[in-house]
Amino acid sequence: MVDFAGWYMPVQYRSILEEHKAVRRAAGLFDVSHMGEVDVRGPEAGRFLNHLVTNDVGRLYPGRVLYSPMCYPTGGVVDDLLVYLRGPDDYFLCINAGNIDKDLAWIREQAARFDVVVTNRSPDYAQLAVQGPKAPAIVQSLTDVRLDLVKYYHFTEGTVAGVSCLISRTGYTGEDGFELYHPAAGALRLAEAVLAAGIPHGLELAGLGARDSLRLEAGYPLYGHEITADISPLTAGLGWTVKLDKGVDFIGRAALAAEKAAGSAKKIVFFKTGDRRIVRAGSPVLGAAGDVGRVVSGTLSPILNEAIGSALVDANAAAQALAVDIRGAKIALQLVKPPFVPAKKT
Amino acid sequence: MSNVPPDLRYAKSHEWLKLESDGTATVGITDYAQNSLGDITFVQLPKVGAAFKAGEAFGVVESVKAASDLYSPVAGTVLAVNVALDGAPEKVNRSPFDEGWMLKLQLADLASVQALLSAEDYAKLIG
Repeated sequence: MVDFAGWYMPVQYRSILEEHKAVRRAAGLFDVSHMGEVDVRGPEAGRFLNHLVTNDVGRLYPGRVLYSPMCYPTGGVVDDLLVYLRGPDDYFLCINAGNIDKDLAWIREQAARFDVVVTNRSPDYAQLAVQGPKAPAIVQSLTDVRLDLVKYYHFTEGTVAGVSCLISRTGYTGEDGFELYHPAAGALRLAEAVLAAGIPHGLELAGLGARDSLRLEAGYPLYGHEITADISPLTAGLGWTVKLDKGVDFIGRAALAAEKAAGSAKKIVFFKTGDRRIVRAGSPVLGAAGDVGRVVSGTLSPILNEAIGSALVDANAAAQALAVDIRGAKIALQLVKPPFVPAKKT
Repeated sequence: MSNVPPDLRYAKSHEWLKLESDGTATVGITDYAQNSLGDITFVQLPKVGAAFKAGEAFGVVESVKAASDLYSPVAGTVLAVNVALDGAPEKVNRSPFDEGWMLKLQLADLASVQALLSAEDYAKLIG
């Protein structure tokens, strides 16, 4: 158990590698109640959010979910988040646990001149994620809601195991599955129901360690690693989330447009090594003539059985042969366009 | 609760040593150590013939969480290393005192074995 953003959470229940494999093979249950939830409501809620985030909130309709960074005027990232449109002028955000206070202060400050009400709902909500090829069957067995009608990056609201849930077909593993937002009081009942329904299918409880190795294998960014106040979404390879042409100005647009026009000075690349030694975050990346950057994330892929990771490197470094030094051994980095394992979400 | 076999000797750095009937010693890491490390992903072992002083680092054990040095509990020369750990480092997690053995050493002297902790004292150390 470790202190994670002020929450007491397990790195593993049994084994990071086994929990990771269980998610890819069957299903995993993650307690992600530490994540933050925010209501944004009012006549200008949509306008405000489209100004706040880089992706196009205008594309949302009730039942759809949008993934987006929100940026500083510099183009650096405040946080990455999910935006849910529940109904007219009624939006719901899911933000990272470690950024709840910072995000709320930022959102409130930016909302000041808009007719919106921003409410922190984080203490009210628990969240469980059920992820893996067996996840839909497991969750379906606990609800009358037709989950086959809830497509990827869509959501609905209904009852699961008698607990009122926002049922979101989203996740952080690269597998099919659901994130279930529900009142904190129902969390234990829901978790026990998912375990009872899921264990016969091979579902396992999965901790923070597996959550990180799964997301890295899927090529997903983690705030504080691939995106930060100093690493823009363009630098991080998330250009698809920056809709410069969405028709309204948004925070960071000018800086991001300039970065796009000039080309990013650095970029996040993903790599594997063909070796089992984990390349640790912070390790220098060596190019033809010296240091060209540093590793930002690294782990062992239990599926590929080799070290995988990401690095922030000079833009021209991607064309060079790159390596890291592990205890005196020079290990070559093989650049990979993620995901490291085929994406299976539908 | 960690397993602490009574017939072994222990170093404060969580290695164990077994004195074999032929006077050589087998070395590995304890149940407490493998549990603290979590899933072991890689074990770096020395070459046969390498010599170490008591307390000198002989290799590295890597887990998802971190890499840690391995320390020779006694002075000696490496007679054999467990090559099975190359492809299956998880043997150290599953069987730290048996299949997860790391080195076989030719002892330089018997005194450094005596200086190691008994099972009882090691059990007190890990609490």
